[in-house]
Amino acid sequence: MNEELYDDYILDHYECPYHKGHLECPTCAHSEKNPLCGDQIRLELKVDDQGKVSEAFFNGKGCAISQAGASILCQHVEGKSLNELRGFQAPDMLRLLKVPLTATRQRCGLLCFKVLKTMMYSLEQPPVETGEPIAASSG
Amino acid sequence: MAPREFDIEAIRADFPILGRPLPNGAKLAYLDNGATSQKPQAVINKLREVYETYNSNVHRGIHQLGDRVTVELEAAREKVQRFLGARESAEIIFTSGTTMSINLVANAWGRKFLKPGDEIVLNEMEHHANLVPWQQVAKATGAKLRFIPLTADGRLDESHFDRIITSKTKLITVTAMSNVLGTINPIQELTTRAKQVGAVIMVDGAQSVPHMLTNVLSPAIDFLAFSGHKIYGPTGIGVLYGRRELLTAMDPFMCGGNMIDEVKLESSTWGELPSKFEAGTLPIAEAIGLGAAIDYVQSIGFDAIHTQEIKLLERALRLLPQTSGVTVYGPSIEHRGAIVSFTVEKVHPHDLADLFDQKGVAVRAGHHCTMPLHEWLDVSATARASFAFYNTEAEVDALIDAIHYARHKFRLE
Repeated sequence: MNEELYDDYILDHYECPYHKGHLECPTCAHSEKNPLCGDQIRLELKVDDQGKVSEAFFNGKGCAISQAGASILCQHVEGKSLNELRGFQAPDMLRLLKVPLTATRQRCGLLCFKVLKTMMYSLEQPPVETGEPIAASSG
Repeated sequence: MAPREFDIEAIRADFPILGRPLPNGAKLAYLDNGATSQKPQAVINKLREVYETYNSNVHRGIHQLGDRVTVELEAAREKVQRFLGARESAEIIFTSGTTMSINLVANAWGRKFLKPGDEIVLNEMEHHANLVPWQQVAKATGAKLRFIPLTADGRLDESHFDRIITSKTKLITVTAMSNVLGTINPIQELTTRAKQVGAVIMVDGAQSVPHMLTNVLSPAIDFLAFSGHKIYGPTGIGVLYGRRELLTAMDPFMCGGNMIDEVKLESSTWGELPSKFEAGTLPIAEAIGLGAAIDYVQSIGFDAIHTQEIKLLERALRLLPQTSGVTVYGPSIEHRGAIVSFTVEKVHPHDLADLFDQKGVAVRAGHHCTMPLHEWLDVSATARASFAFYNTEAEVDALIDAIHYARHKFRLE
């Protein structure tokens, strides 16, 4: 039985999320939607000159797992360098969630991780000279 | 055939899955019949019979198995014909399901007969399967989509019929029962309106055909689509009913074996109905299994089915609004079938469905392939309980208990 899925750790993050909102001037931002369930996450990062994430904010709507996952991810990435984050993989994210997820619910738990990874891929593309502060945005 | 006496325990015993505990040990309360229904032993046995005793291809083999399977398949087609009250079995096209049936009409009728300026009348409660194919046809032909607005309680707003159904209307396509709100739409009135303006009317019967008596001649509709798996039959089989004159005027949707009359290197002519729309090998066992499912439904009878489902709906519509945090969507009981979509404040529908599952209560959560309707409802997702005649009042109570359990888990009570 998966009784402990909604434990206090997940529910605390769901009810009082860390850095839910927007950055005034994000270095990069990206949104994604899970078309199967409609969950949405937008992630915004501020990256300093040393390539370190100084601030991470998210916004979105969806189930407790996807929203708590975003909150947990924001807390985790702050202070990390982009280099470190390159090595951050899906199993690491699932470990951070600390609760057992079925294959279906892993999609919820990994939605924010997917947004982060997509954003990092686009960060690594050659810069497009538009003068816009936002590197990538969609969804 | 006189219907059997309605004995709920005997009926439940016909469905092997209903008596099996779930992997987590919970007792199953299957309230996801709008997504797919469970299968009675009679249907499972029929599939076994096909594969164990006369499996072969239809309309091809000059051998005993080929003869038998062809007889069985055509018998299933005639069962569907009689079930729908159609004039002839040639008007019954086997497809893979409602989605393919609608796509068949959209492509084979829509692309051939719609012109720029023509209008297709839809509404905001349609399933994506009865919306997206028409968007594509409108793009290809220059026809325009018009939408009948909904009343606040989720019914078609009839005060807009005069404005929207006009001489420009070439097609009205509508679900007979909403897969989210349960709303039963006025097919009689829409058929009359369609005839008045010379339009064709297509009915999506995916949700209605399993739960209420359908007769394609009363009112005389032009096309009807439904799926086998929602009427206690196998997956992978569906039906398109089409009026002969329309089917004859249409070109094939898919081409290949079985659907031809004569093939030359540069051109071909088409077979008779229904073969013209049945290219390739059909889901044969599934079609024969659908015949068994229809026999089963008729052995219970729609009077008994309706009585049981309305009893469940009445209980759900009474108890759900009394439960803290619950909002129920859709019209009052006299306008709906046995589907109830709802939300619980501060608990997302996916979390609800997950927690319900721990208690064995199976519901669907999400947008149920109706994103525009959920935009109209102004919620991103809902939880949906959809009933069948084999459900019990105790299962409605299990749903209510599961809501309390979810609220408790979310520290709300």
